[in-house]
Amino acid sequence: MTRDEALFQGLVRLGDNTLIIGHRVSEWCGHSPVLEEDIALANIALDMIGQTQLWLGLASEIEGEGRDADKLAFHRDAWDFRNLLLCEMPNGDFGRTMMRQFLFDAWHSIYLGRLLKSSDTRVAAIAEKASKEVAYHLERSADTVVALGDGTAESHDRMQAALDYLYPYVGEMFLSDEGDAVLAEAGIAPDPASLREEYDALVGRVLDKATLSVPENRYAQKGGRTGAMHTEHLGHLLAQMQWLQRAYPDATW
Amino acid sequence: MSRTVRQPSVEQIWGWLDAVPDPEIPVISLVDLGIIRDVAWDGDRLVITVTPTYSGCPATSIINLDIETVLRRHGIERLELKRQLSPAWTTDWLSDKGRARLEDYGIAPPQPAGGPDRCPRCHGRNVERLSQFGSTPCKAQWRCTDCLEPFDYFKCI
Repeated sequence: MTRDEALFQGLVRLGDNTLIIGHRVSEWCGHSPVLEEDIALANIALDMIGQTQLWLGLASEIEGEGRDADKLAFHRDAWDFRNLLLCEMPNGDFGRTMMRQFLFDAWHSIYLGRLLKSSDTRVAAIAEKASKEVAYHLERSADTVVALGDGTAESHDRMQAALDYLYPYVGEMFLSDEGDAVLAEAGIAPDPASLREEYDALVGRVLDKATLSVPENRYAQKGGRTGAMHTEHLGHLLAQMQWLQRAYPDATW
Repeated sequence: MSRTVRQPSVEQIWGWLDAVPDPEIPVISLVDLGIIRDVAWDGDRLVITVTPTYSGCPATSIINLDIETVLRRHGIERLELKRQLSPAWTTDWLSDKGRARLEDYGIAPPQPAGGPDRCPRCHGRNVERLSQFGSTPCKAQWRCTDCLEPFDYFKCI
């Protein structure tokens, strides 16, 4: 795998993560339990879509085949997506959405922190921009996980159930492959496996405060970031997200 | 016969841009907001360097359009708008004039402490946070426990 191929794949992975979880979060718009939460979720979705434009925009530049960020987002099918499976998991109740967000934000903030030192200045510049936004996302999702985990008996049980349900999708964040090795070698991006310790410490601290127990089983569902096997949920998400561009290709406002 | 048009000075152009209101908070200008990073002539081409506030801020494209409109109106023919991501925008770049205008408008200006200094309406010091997020990406929602009014806070980034 050449350096450009690895970089393209790495950028698509980052852009697909933010695109897919951003779309999931946007599904709450107009449906959240209270107005403040609705506004916060819509803002987070907006940040995610903005970051997607930057990552997929740079991916398009690297590929150099005229597929711009919109084409990458709307003209690919499920098997070409490279997001973590966690990002495509359905929202469930509000607690599960916030748990998914927290598990993602914690990884996202650590990963972006490493990208600040990327040898590729374009990657470092996007990471610099995105990490400021993600600091707010993490502050909020961690606060909410603590408030609900250490809340009523009902909210505690729901948050524990959400953690048990989502935890098998955490391990995929730390799997490394050939592309990661090429990027790590070139100093462009960190080896994903090297983030686990910091992640476990951060997540452990918050979950402890939230009176929730981290599942012991480290079995990891995988296949999202390699594209080998997405969950059945991604196709349904894409059917909604890509509908307009598929029905009316290249339609513009 | 050709007519010689004198090239407007960079200071003159900064002045024009300082008259362009932010599309979402029109009491402050784009210059007050600190997103115009550079104004320079490259021969007969004017290059304006702009940095986005938030990566997904929907006002970004309107801002570029507004910059172009005002400069075209002043007779600028060759124009390039350059996007610059790094250094990332920070609320430290808000001008003092901008901060004062925000407060007059009812939006508490950003503070290094991470929360508003006082209520922009009654100037009471007892304030509490309602949400880290607000009606635009750059704002959070707070409430004054003296006058009980909710207000926007321009959050630090």
